[in-house]
Amino acid sequence: MPAEKTQNGSAKKDVIIHVEGLVTGFGKKIIHDHLDLDVYRGEVLGVVGGSGSGKSVLLRTIIGLNAPREGVIEVFGKRAGQAEGSRMRSLEMRWGVLFQEGALFSSQTVAENIQVPLREYTSMSQELMDEIAAMKIALVGLPPDTAQKLPSELSGGMKKRAGLARALALDPELLFLDEPTSGLDPISANQFDELIAELQESLGLTVFMVTHDLDSLAAITDRIAVLVDKKIKTGTIEELRKDTTPWIHEYFSGPRGHAALAGLR
Amino acid sequence: MASIENGADAWFKIEQGVFKAGGRWTITESARLDRQLRDFDAGSGDITAMDAGAVEKLDSSGAWLLLRTHRALEKAGRRVGALQVPERYASLLENLDRDDKKQGHGHPAPRMSPWHYRLYRIGKAAVEAGRQAWRMLGYLGRVTVETGEMLATPRKNLRFAAMAVQVEETGISALPIVGLLAFLIGIVLAYQGADQLKRFGAEIFTINLLGVGVLREIGGLITAIIVAGRSGSAFTAHLGSMRVNQEIDAMQTMGLNTVDTLVLPRVIGLVISLPLLTFYANIMALIGGAMMCYFDLGITIPVFLRQLNQAVDVGTLMVGLVKAPVFAFVIALVGCYEGFQVERNAASVGLLTTRSVVESVFLVIVLDAAFSVMFSVLGI
Repeated sequence: MPAEKTQNGSAKKDVIIHVEGLVTGFGKKIIHDHLDLDVYRGEVLGVVGGSGSGKSVLLRTIIGLNAPREGVIEVFGKRAGQAEGSRMRSLEMRWGVLFQEGALFSSQTVAENIQVPLREYTSMSQELMDEIAAMKIALVGLPPDTAQKLPSELSGGMKKRAGLARALALDPELLFLDEPTSGLDPISANQFDELIAELQESLGLTVFMVTHDLDSLAAITDRIAVLVDKKIKTGTIEELRKDTTPWIHEYFSGPRGHAALAGLR
Repeated sequence: MASIENGADAWFKIEQGVFKAGGRWTITESARLDRQLRDFDAGSGDITAMDAGAVEKLDSSGAWLLLRTHRALEKAGRRVGALQVPERYASLLENLDRDDKKQGHGHPAPRMSPWHYRLYRIGKAAVEAGRQAWRMLGYLGRVTVETGEMLATPRKNLRFAAMAVQVEETGISALPIVGLLAFLIGIVLAYQGADQLKRFGAEIFTINLLGVGVLREIGGLITAIIVAGRSGSAFTAHLGSMRVNQEIDAMQTMGLNTVDTLVLPRVIGLVISLPLLTFYANIMALIGGAMMCYFDLGITIPVFLRQLNQAVDVGTLMVGLVKAPVFAFVIALVGCYEGFQVERNAASVGLLTTRSVVESVFLVIVLDAAFSVMFSVLGI
């Protein structure tokens, strides 16, 4: 499954997310210090970094949940982050976000959860929305009776799948995943990786994935962005393995890194 | 609806027996396409193939519409062959078809007729109420047993600090609101009583009405209802949030008995504070009544006290006060029980807090009626 991705590698790379000179922080603590990052159309980018290095903050800043102190964030070539009202909405329609615990609305069934964005942004009939919800549920590999269940009746892995179905409801071009495999057992995590890779390919998605999971990195990412010292370093796994920055070296050459990457070479 | 830049519209047409589709079959077009495709009758015309080769952009919603149409045509007995789509979308369609077929299409459960549904809901609610009463009885038993065990070895199991906190929270903090409301009730009762009794020239008996009414019934009832709203709900919300945070699970794994640590301090704390609050409410209501008598009827305080002394005795007060610990026990029991019923979702805490207040107010009034019947049978 790894390595061969259809869309990239072609002549000119199409930048979907462009981050330049980003500064964020809470109080006196600076989290990102003039950080630059480009994400290209059709690629799967894995974002890694130590605990507290600001992986989730970066994701939240790009999707506009955190205000940056400085810097430019462009998504689909438009200013995001602090874009106001309608402009932000038109961006939000084009991306989907999967939060760590799924963040499903607890008082609604899975089908209703998936239909929330459909109801908000389109004028579909209830019948079509039911069909689309059922289709998305099948797409993420959940059994059909999940549609009528409440999030509290689902296991952790099912919640993530249901959250993914909701993130995919509007057929976004860009998918943000916040630690999609954390809290899953290795088998479910593998299946989730495969699911993401499969969806990425068939729907032509660009994926921005924050993760801790070396196995998913090795399995499905095209490029990796490492957050170290408030900046970011990007490259393929091979490139980063040769990097001499202590944290990066430790990360890829530690026992877990070896185990995960053993399958690659 | 927010707009998305949209080049060519999506279209479909039937040309020489071929269903042709093109343009941007995406989610923004799908509402319109869905309506048009529903109007389009699969059985009519003689369609021999489906060609979506002219589709410029296809997402999963659009693909679903094509797939649905293709299936409808096949179901209507047309030999349409494979669905033709541009090469780059073949895998999307294939995946969708496979996932969907693998699982069977999730049809929503058949809807009941409105009458049937109403009947179903009444029946369900009745069964649920019965079960609830049964479980509550079980819980009462458990708390009683635990209380007995605790009383057998008080030094070991009684948590004085936690109990004192509960007495403060349910009793002392409630003084202002209970006092104010009891005072107002006293005024209202005296005013209405005086208004009626004046007609017989029996204004002085307003004091009898006030004294007996407040001490025997109103004081205790009002206090219990306020406390049910104030503390019963707080118990449920607090224990419920602890359950949501898995704090209660954590306590159980450490071998802490949740009844001992969480329920008994609340029950005993409230059993201590509610009678005291009731006594305080009685005094405040009498003060309110006395004030009203003075301003409305011109009855001075000494006259008021002498009449009150004739109207009531310690027995009247005790009849009111003896009910308070029972009310307290029920309020705390229901509040804690519902708190433990909370499930791990946000809506559940609110739902059960409401239920806890409704149930405890209901039980307080039912018990009060039962006490009245009992006292009249006993001739007290």
